[in-house]
Amino acid sequence: MLGYILKRLLAVVPVIVFVAIFVFLLLRLTPGDPAAIIAGDAATPAQLEKIRASLGLSEPILVQFATWIGHLVRGDLGISLISNIPVTELIGQRIWPTINIALLTICLSVLIAVPMGVIAAWKHRTWADYAVMTFSVLGFSVPVFVIGYIFIQVFSIQLRWLPVQGYTAPGDDFGKFLSRAILPCLTLATIYVALIARMTRASMLEVLGEDFIRTARAKGVGETLVLFRHALRNAAVPILTIIGTGFALLISGVVVTESVFNIPGIGRLTVDAILARDYPVIQAMILLTSAIYVFINLMIDVAYSLIDPRIRY
Amino acid sequence: MLFKTKSFDDAPVVLSIEDLTVRLSGVNDTVRPVLDRISFQIRAGETVCLVGESGSGKSVTSLATMGLLPKGALEVSNGRIMLGETNLLSLSAGQMRDMRARNLSMVFQEPMTALNPVMRVGAQIEEVLDTHMRLSKKEKKARVLDIMEQVHLPDVERIYRSFPHQLSGGQRQRIMIAMALILEPKLLIADEPTTALDVTTQRQILSLIAELQEKHGTAVLFITHDMGVVAEIADTVQVMKHGELVERAPVETLLRNPQEDYTKSLLRAVPSLTPRPERVSKPPKGGPALSVEDLNKTYGSSGWFVNRSTTLAARDVSFDIPAGRTLGIVGESGSGKSTVARCIMRLIDPTEGSVRVAGTEIARLSRADLRPHRKHIQIVFQDPFRSLNPRWTVGRSLVEGPLNLGQDKASAMARARELMALVGLPEDAVDRYPHQFSGGQRQRIAIARAIAMEPDVLVADEAVSALDVSVQAQVLDLLDELQQKLGIAILFITHDLRVAAQICDEVIVMQKGRVVEHGKAGAVLADPQHPYTRSLIEAAPGRAWDFANFRELGALAAQ
Repeated sequence: MLGYILKRLLAVVPVIVFVAIFVFLLLRLTPGDPAAIIAGDAATPAQLEKIRASLGLSEPILVQFATWIGHLVRGDLGISLISNIPVTELIGQRIWPTINIALLTICLSVLIAVPMGVIAAWKHRTWADYAVMTFSVLGFSVPVFVIGYIFIQVFSIQLRWLPVQGYTAPGDDFGKFLSRAILPCLTLATIYVALIARMTRASMLEVLGEDFIRTARAKGVGETLVLFRHALRNAAVPILTIIGTGFALLISGVVVTESVFNIPGIGRLTVDAILARDYPVIQAMILLTSAIYVFINLMIDVAYSLIDPRIRY
Repeated sequence: MLFKTKSFDDAPVVLSIEDLTVRLSGVNDTVRPVLDRISFQIRAGETVCLVGESGSGKSVTSLATMGLLPKGALEVSNGRIMLGETNLLSLSAGQMRDMRARNLSMVFQEPMTALNPVMRVGAQIEEVLDTHMRLSKKEKKARVLDIMEQVHLPDVERIYRSFPHQLSGGQRQRIMIAMALILEPKLLIADEPTTALDVTTQRQILSLIAELQEKHGTAVLFITHDMGVVAEIADTVQVMKHGELVERAPVETLLRNPQEDYTKSLLRAVPSLTPRPERVSKPPKGGPALSVEDLNKTYGSSGWFVNRSTTLAARDVSFDIPAGRTLGIVGESGSGKSTVARCIMRLIDPTEGSVRVAGTEIARLSRADLRPHRKHIQIVFQDPFRSLNPRWTVGRSLVEGPLNLGQDKASAMARARELMALVGLPEDAVDRYPHQFSGGQRQRIAIARAIAMEPDVLVADEAVSALDVSVQAQVLDLLDELQQKLGIAILFITHDLRVAAQICDEVIVMQKGRVVEHGKAGAVLADPQHPYTRSLIEAAPGRAWDFANFRELGALAAQ
């Protein structure tokens, strides 16, 4: 097991290297000159040349790449061209709101969706099942910003239960964090509830047809235990996959929701960086995102073996 | 004494089923019911065997009794199921749950799937106690270990902590039995509990059930399609057909003096353990159709971080099959018989050795070089429900191989129609889909698919094991007939000695990857030399009885 985790962590290295090369080339191959954007329209050729030199853009491309990789290995992601803050620091400030929102969203989604899916499978082809399926189709189809604005309209403006926008760190005031984060999280959760409920239902339907469920019933085990002790754990692997992928998607940035609810997360950081052509930040974000994906996939695979004793690496 | 002869007239009635009728949910009375007014009784200590072909309603009877009919698919429309003084059909869901395991229990067919794969088996037995009584942790464990010892599991402390996949099929079935009997119910329903097990394991499980039944006076409703098992364990036999009880009699009466035509036809279909007479005609001249020499297959590999021990799945296997002859490989699960078949088919690659098909060495050919030689050797698999692509018409499955070899579509289709007739199906079967056929018909299609390639060798891997005996006999006849018409050599893999006796000219017995005995079918089965072969034959249930002729084996000689 430990050997497996080590092997998987080693496998991250080539992925990151590949992504690094890709990002580097992508930015060099896209039309447009960062120096020109920084200098603005009125710049003289001499100014441009100076900026290029300061960015290291006048060096041969291989030298540029070696320099960049050299910095990368030391954990130096460069300095933001716009705010002049080191990129690591910038991400460090902005990643916590995103992580907190993502965690809360996933927890909410799982708590709502899994029981929904279990009940839908248990009450297969009854009104409860159809209700869950209908909700799930709606959850997929309505755009996030629409749901967000509906929630703000209902809970913040009409009922005045919750604040409209903003973010407080949970470390500062947990109650305030919850009251401010609950709407964005519910908004984000809608689509994941739909996804997870559907997957839970499908997976449970399959497991409920298995022989050992019949065995459990033949022992006189009650329905709740049949569902949650016997069926759910056996149905968990595909559900977990969806949850993991969802979490990775959430962490890599939830642009629209962060904008609608004015949360200072990395989703907005990325969009701002793209709009301003802040290359070091864009590069760092792409690298970070791919690392998060690889890491979360590893976590999911490890979790499989904890759930199912037959899975051994 | 051949059969059990004890009378149960004085024993109290445990289960009494009266006029039980089960229908498909949501259909009216004009549709034929799945179970039609079934009535019977089981007394304390008695074993009643319910026999019949698939679809006869055996399992539905047992599930109805347990209250486990699939919801929304089947429902009881009439009758009573009396357990002692209680009508089980009048109980609420909660009361019925309370009855299960405490008063009536069930053991299922597939020990591989009947246990929860993610729970330790000890916890699964304990769950029965948790459901029905309150005990301290210590008492619970003591009772579980006690019942595990009663079902003769070795090293109970270790097995208590094991997961199902770490146990053998026989051990898992023992766990199931422990679970069913820990609360000493009055009635045990066993639904084909030994069908998925090897003969030697089957024998142990049968005697275990008998032993515990004796000890606790349990009434047993035993569902099976195997007449050999019936002869071994039944007090009373009931024959079912299309949801009706057609005959009920004490076991000896039923086997010696069957009254109904259906019962007679069931018994006649049971293949005899006596090998068929040796064929007199000489096999045609020329080299063997299939020749295997020193075949070895080793599983297991070592990678960067894994280091598994290797398993010898087949060791030094050698044999020849002449054209027009049948060689059987018999053995229990894990003996390596399927490994040999797959190596010969090159579905897996042999580690060492030579496989010559129609004179060509194929053991070392690359995938690409092998392709033109595939036509010479074809396989029929065990489960006809899974071996045909459900979304393809039968015709499309049949012509795929010939088209790959460059035949044109029209002539391949014409040939497919001929093949349908050859295997005893209507020609328009080519336009239909596999789900429109019964298991026996599908196996005919699978055979037609194999011979569409005009092979020299046909490998039949447990090809009749999933079929009812009457259908089994028909498929065996078909194989025989095709062999005579087309002169194919057949490699027949089976765990069933009766089947091997009926179709094979020569037999190989395998154990743990090795060939332990190899000879003419008559010699191996009538006069086994190796102790393992002998133990296999001794474990075959009902081996002293000649089912097809309703008398003891050897009675013919005595006449």
